[in-house]
Amino acid sequence: MILLPQLVQTTPLLRVSGLHKRYGAVVAVEDVALDLYPGETVGIVGESGSGKSTVLRLLNLEEPPDTGTYQLDIAGYVADNIFALDRLRRRELQLRHIGIVYQNPHHGLRMRVSSSGNVAERLIMAGERRFATLRSAARASLAVSEFPLERLDDLPARLSGGMQQRVQLAKAIALKPALLLLDEPTTGLDVSVQALVIDTLLRLRRERQIATLIVSHDLGVIRTLSDRVLVMRRGQVSSAGLTEPGARRPRNTRIHSN
Amino acid sequence: MVRGSRFAVQYKHTQMNLLTVTKLNKHFYVHHLEREIVAFAAVDFALAAGEFLLVRGANGVGKSTLLRCLYRSYLPSGGQALFRSQAGDIDLARAAEVDIAFLRRSEIGNVSQFLRARPRVSALDLVAEPLIENGVSLAEAHTAAAAQLAAFGLKEAIWEAYPSTFSGGEQQKVNLARALIAPRRLILLDEPTASLDAAARAALVERLTELKRSGVALIGVFHHPEDVQALVDRELYLETV
Repeated sequence: MILLPQLVQTTPLLRVSGLHKRYGAVVAVEDVALDLYPGETVGIVGESGSGKSTVLRLLNLEEPPDTGTYQLDIAGYVADNIFALDRLRRRELQLRHIGIVYQNPHHGLRMRVSSSGNVAERLIMAGERRFATLRSAARASLAVSEFPLERLDDLPARLSGGMQQRVQLAKAIALKPALLLLDEPTTGLDVSVQALVIDTLLRLRRERQIATLIVSHDLGVIRTLSDRVLVMRRGQVSSAGLTEPGARRPRNTRIHSN
Repeated sequence: MVRGSRFAVQYKHTQMNLLTVTKLNKHFYVHHLEREIVAFAAVDFALAAGEFLLVRGANGVGKSTLLRCLYRSYLPSGGQALFRSQAGDIDLARAAEVDIAFLRRSEIGNVSQFLRARPRVSALDLVAEPLIENGVSLAEAHTAAAAQLAAFGLKEAIWEAYPSTFSGGEQQKVNLARALIAPRRLILLDEPTASLDAAARAALVERLTELKRSGVALIGVFHHPEDVQALVDRELYLETV
């Protein structure tokens, strides 16, 4: 059954199809397809090892898939299969148009560079050299991420888990990307810190309208942040559906399957 | 293809209707019984802006399932539900999920029996959120949220508290205030009066009257239909199949 959008007439920001990735004999991702519309947040849930984080890594161009088509509706890249870009354009795209927050802040941050330095680094890579601009831009991005500005110069290693995630977020959105990838951004944080980070993400979604793909095994996080959800199982999208904001308890019927 | 062209032939008054449901049905496959269970079959009705449809029938006859099919929590098994959205006509039974997500944010509201409280989010913020999502300023949204909470009779002393600590009745007041605050064109109500005191029930009826008068179409399942009897324009009886 083909269900083409009729009311939402905008071109999807992201369109992926036929995505495959294997590591030796292990099939990590098998024939995954997904569309993401501008301003929309889509969740990917699934057990550990279901391939959801691999999908994010592939979309962040950290490694190539075996096969797959990846289109982004971003000026200068519209006609391209993103996976087929040369190294330079791939880096440029990743730097300017894609932001990512990892579950483990060590993947996204340099622990021995100050928090503002971590954010500024992204701007430096994009060509900004003036110290005053760097400092104020990093500060603005950290403020949007609701990072306590009095700790601007602290090393991430000295920060709490919640604050580290805010630095990662500030870094991810510093160049106003079109696509934001969140890989278990609140996993491992205690419930009240998690709530505050979710609050920031909700506000950001409202104010910036960034198309966001969020991976989590926590259905509560997915329900709060996303309208649509994909369920992954053994590398495949086993079902897709709408999240139910009104539902109280997790039930199998949450995501319709027939 | 001209959307909804088939309906123009079947219903001459379609122009007037916000929602036209034709032969809508839902069955579930129950795995441990290894057979199909029919939730409801061949439902037909039409609803115009400002009309209230009361869904009646015995327990287990599929009333809630019908609402969930219209909100697309469940995918209908067959039939059509033509909705005249401001963005164009669309069959809710078969619309793409991205379109349904769009309609849920803009035109179709749903009132469930339970509030989903979030940690560290106050009652006032929870109620204001749908307005803020629709672009209303923070101050304006908070004023409107306070008015709603007051109307439903939640004590002002706890507006800034976290609803996860509230009683069932208090949570339901927050739930109703939140679900009915943002402008919608169609609202689905699934037994919203469960666990409500008399004053809050009266406040609900008042709010529904106000919404109806402003042109919102309402479809509801009520445990005590007499509460809303004065609002009802149409009734749909579901029978056991």
